[in-house]
Amino acid sequence: MSRTVTSDLLAPAGTRPRRRLMGRDGLWPWAFVAPLAAGIGVFFVWPILQTAYYSFTSWGVFGGSTFTGVENYVRLVADPQLWTALGNTLLYTGVVLLGVPLAVWLASLLNTPGLRFASFYRVLFFLPYVAMPTAIAMVWRIIFNGDFGVLNYVLGLVGIEGPYWISTPGVAVLAVAIVGLWSSLGFAMIILAAGLKNIPSELYEAAELDGASPWRQFRSVTVPLLTPSIFFVLIITIISSFQLFDLQFAILGSTNPVLPKSLSLVYFFYQQGFVANDKGYAAAIAMFIFVLIGVITLVQFRLQRRWVQA
Amino acid sequence: MTFLSSRPRRRALALGGLATGAALVLAGCSGGSSGGGGGSGEYEAAPTDLEASITYGVWDQAQVPAIEANLEGFAEEYPGIDVTVNVTPYADYFTKLQTQGSSDSLPDLFWLNGPNFQLYASNDLLEPVTGAVDAGDLDPADYPEALVDLYKYEDVQYGVPKDFDTIGVWVNEALFEQAGVPMPEADWTWQEFQDTAVQISDALGDQGVYGGAGGMDGQTTYYDTILQAGGEVLTDGGTASGYDSPEAQEGLQFWTDLIESGGSPTIQQLTDTTADQWFTSGKLAMYWGGSWFRAAIQGTPVESTVDVAPLPVGEEQATVIHGVSNVVAAGSDEKQAAQALQVYLAGQEAQQQQGDMGAIIPAYDGTQQGFLDSAPDVDLQVFLDAVDYAQPLPVSKNSAAWNAIEISDLPAAFSGDEPVADVAGSLAEQMTALLQQEQ
Repeated sequence: MSRTVTSDLLAPAGTRPRRRLMGRDGLWPWAFVAPLAAGIGVFFVWPILQTAYYSFTSWGVFGGSTFTGVENYVRLVADPQLWTALGNTLLYTGVVLLGVPLAVWLASLLNTPGLRFASFYRVLFFLPYVAMPTAIAMVWRIIFNGDFGVLNYVLGLVGIEGPYWISTPGVAVLAVAIVGLWSSLGFAMIILAAGLKNIPSELYEAAELDGASPWRQFRSVTVPLLTPSIFFVLIITIISSFQLFDLQFAILGSTNPVLPKSLSLVYFFYQQGFVANDKGYAAAIAMFIFVLIGVITLVQFRLQRRWVQA
Repeated sequence: MTFLSSRPRRRALALGGLATGAALVLAGCSGGSSGGGGGSGEYEAAPTDLEASITYGVWDQAQVPAIEANLEGFAEEYPGIDVTVNVTPYADYFTKLQTQGSSDSLPDLFWLNGPNFQLYASNDLLEPVTGAVDAGDLDPADYPEALVDLYKYEDVQYGVPKDFDTIGVWVNEALFEQAGVPMPEADWTWQEFQDTAVQISDALGDQGVYGGAGGMDGQTTYYDTILQAGGEVLTDGGTASGYDSPEAQEGLQFWTDLIESGGSPTIQQLTDTTADQWFTSGKLAMYWGGSWFRAAIQGTPVESTVDVAPLPVGEEQATVIHGVSNVVAAGSDEKQAAQALQVYLAGQEAQQQQGDMGAIIPAYDGTQQGFLDSAPDVDLQVFLDAVDYAQPLPVSKNSAAWNAIEISDLPAAFSGDEPVADVAGSLAEQMTALLQQEQ
């Protein structure tokens, strides 16, 4: 991910020249786009429209839907489980976002000129991102084990009695978030490291000539010029955090008593759609998540002008 | 990382959101409206020269060798019928089956379990076996009665069990010896179980060993005690919850008492480390587990010191019985061939072969010697004897919906945080509401 690509992606909207639907090239460009457009249409747009429609229906397990208007949404807003799930998702997102400043710091450390074994460290941090979430979850389940886990053993050495991480309400969400933070760090670091490489070294030389300390250089050169990459990482992290499911499913397990108090939005969707077989209601939840992610992303793009260096 | 974004390539997908993924799955289900209509129950034994090609859907790879052995025998009888076995891992099996059911593309013959059976039967997706029974090709009396009833919906029989499992108490003899506690007698009572558990916990507690263990798996724990107390999980023909009866609450209290007395780890401990893990690590003396647990013990440190006792007796003697059935899709194009295979697999010869190959306990009476021989040092006969007093696993059309409430609500009762009667009462109310919705 080079810096140019990132900044292209994030070019402020509204500066593009206005284009007519049918340019002077006629139908040709459309013919080339058609295969891809058809794929996206069939596999993305159409299902979204269908889900939107089904969210207004009550759906029998084997098909056969009846239109029920906004009933699902009325029920959804009144469902305490939704707000619990939203709270949990926000908590998870909050913790995982702590990883962004951490990743900025780590990436700039790794970018130190003359650092030995830099690639080795990079691989080390990136590994969790490549590993299967389910495998990661299995290992962390063992680490978090209340009676026999490594974590509580280590805490015990310094005199702290650790909780039952994955079976105590409140703590369970935190435990999943810690794993989420740990496993997303590598991805953010790689993006940020690429951004760092694109900062011209003359700027640092100039700053040094002006007598700027390393900390001052970090604050006044590195961070501002890294903002496009940071913005990109933020967008991706928030979207993927709102989609928390597999990690939670694998770490907490489907028969965990704290699940109702700890589940994420997508887990809530899964439970209604595929456990309770209430697919119309699940479609409404899916639409809720979809719109929520859309709004949050939109707000981020609006706010980016205030802090992202073009 | 979470879900779709777990590979950089999929980043574009992530933008579309899980909503899209959900939409995909949902859209996939929307193909057919209500499947192929109800089964007629028509049956005519297939001529041996019937030419057909059918699919057989199963979820357990471990049983495939036995199935293939069965199919060889079947091919001798019906050389013209070509059978393709489709194995889908259990985790995806029922999600896939539901999609197939929605689009009228179910396998011709497939496995179904108790919790899912009524859903398919009530939506007219299954072909009854009444025809084969009337023709004398299939006799329900050859199989455990409680299990035959599990595959009956509105008095129509849709399948016979291919295998079964019952529950017993797996014991670690070495721990009993260490604690100096006598081994359980065959007709022990609830009180004796509770006392034994506490004695072992007391004697070996400093090693982190517990006498007994509850847990959140109803089939192996609280369903059994509810039945033993004379209660029911479902009453009124499955239209209401039985949790508000005093008997059912006694069945729940059993586990609350066991945890409170220190005879069992807490529910929290059992969430982190499940009861079967406590047992196979040698930290649990008595584990309520199914006959299937025999395979799980192999290769663990406790393998050589394990035996089985029957479940203790409460007001009455009881265990939950469950088993898988082969069912024919009502919408199958090759119904006659599928029924021929269904009947063949339920027959004595095929069942004997299944048992001898050791993957399961075959359901056909008298074919279970292979199961007993699979672990000669363990009194596996307990599981076969249990059939006499077994009751079917409680199921309804949408069992999963109320199973989820059991798991979220019951822990408060087991931990003693809330009175059993309060929890059971509120659980019963929610569950009955769900059951009414099913009607």
